[in-house]
Amino acid sequence: MPKITYIDANGESRECEVAAGLSVMEGAIQNGIEGILAICGGSCACSTCHSYIDEAWMDKVGPPDDIEDSTLELAADRRPNSRLTCQIEVSDALDGLIVRVAQNDS
Amino acid sequence: MPQAPFVVIGAGQAGLQVCDSLRKLGYTGKLILIGDESHPPYQRPPLSKKFLSGDVEADRLLFRPASYYDKLDIELRLGQSVRRIDRSANELECEDGSRLPYAKLALTTGARVRLLPCPGAEQPNVHYVRDLDDSEQLRSALAAGHRLAVIGGGFIGLEVAAMARGLGKEVVLLEALDRLMARAVSPEVSAYFANLHRAHGVDLRLGCSVREIVPGDGGLQLRGDSGTLAEADLLVVGIGVVPNTELAAEAGLECRGGIVVDIHAATSDPDIVAAGDCTMHFNGYLGREVRLESVQNAVDQARTAAATMVGQAERYIQVPWFWSDQYNVKLQMAGIGMPFDVSVTRGHQADDAFSLFYFRAGKLVGADSINRPIDHMACRKLLAQGTMLTPEEAASEDADLMQLARAG
Repeated sequence: MPKITYIDANGESRECEVAAGLSVMEGAIQNGIEGILAICGGSCACSTCHSYIDEAWMDKVGPPDDIEDSTLELAADRRPNSRLTCQIEVSDALDGLIVRVAQNDS
Repeated sequence: MPQAPFVVIGAGQAGLQVCDSLRKLGYTGKLILIGDESHPPYQRPPLSKKFLSGDVEADRLLFRPASYYDKLDIELRLGQSVRRIDRSANELECEDGSRLPYAKLALTTGARVRLLPCPGAEQPNVHYVRDLDDSEQLRSALAAGHRLAVIGGGFIGLEVAAMARGLGKEVVLLEALDRLMARAVSPEVSAYFANLHRAHGVDLRLGCSVREIVPGDGGLQLRGDSGTLAEADLLVVGIGVVPNTELAAEAGLECRGGIVVDIHAATSDPDIVAAGDCTMHFNGYLGREVRLESVQNAVDQARTAAATMVGQAERYIQVPWFWSDQYNVKLQMAGIGMPFDVSVTRGHQADDAFSLFYFRAGKLVGADSINRPIDHMACRKLLAQGTMLTPEEAASEDADLMQLARAG
């Protein structure tokens, strides 16, 4: 199973096994990662699963599509490596991915 | 004597959010979430979308894993209902006769489907879509039947129709009014969706009322004033919901088409709050009383309700937003656009990517966006900030709305 490292807003880091086919957001929810709220359930409507992709993984993860790019406008402190984790599907190619959870509670 | 627990009745999205927010706000006392379904809190929007089509299974609808409730020390009481609220004693009378004291109580009882009022509506192949069990039954019925009739051209009916067409089913949709989603969107947007569904092969009948349902031809016959309207193997009814206000009303709390709460989500009882679909609430953003059925309202109002429970005077002032997925079209709604006196179109219908911006008394009040998420997000920002926008700016692709929104 692919391993994803989540670093929450308090800096706490955890490596979690997430089944391929789930989203990075769903992996966070299953593992109780702080700060991933996902109030719209992954419909790309709310931006509360906003995270920063580790620089080394940006190419593999790729850029957001138009809908996600627009939805990211709702996120506080958007950066070039911002993504909505509900829109990233976990696969073997992403084994080892590192994401930093943004401030989604405000 | 230990303090009585905080109790939340209704384990939907609002109920879960109340519990989550209470813990985030530092409430460390006993917390009980009571739900009458057997499932832990789960997402409802996919029930008429990806779950129905079989793209997503039930376990992926759960908001949180079981470990979450342990970690936050939330006692889930599933498959249980509450018979009565005894306000004078600050106690609940549960279905099994036991009594449960509460220090604070949150009502997140949601809404139930409006039942089809015509003769013959109580048959096994007449379906509704409100909870997971409904949707599971419909899913298997859809697998067995080929001809689907839908009564109701609102979000649920249209989403089900779109899903069924995607599964190759024959679909007839009957709407009593002369246009689709009449309560939520403008006539122009209704017309676009009527064309969309017809282009996907739905037999769409507007201004068409069903008077009676009779068994026939291996399935159902839908009859109107002048004879048979349609025949189908199964029927889905999506004609709106009724808020679950009985518990509150019987306890003497004010109910007026919803449990009446103020801008703090507080009822007239200082120990009882309410949030979500069940409330007729003073909406700080709209400046009037309203009942909303949406994820946004469930979550944001629940946060306010939790704050009130711990004695913080937060006010519920949030721009309403909604969405619907039909075929490959994403409809996103910001604000409450109806009624409006001026509307302008941004983009082009022919491209299947456009927005209608609505103005009332010269002020932007909302927008419906079809495959134009950037317009939707810009509108939400503009509305939240109260930024002035002219109809000319809204209609002109030369004006960068997100830029205007960012500038505040």
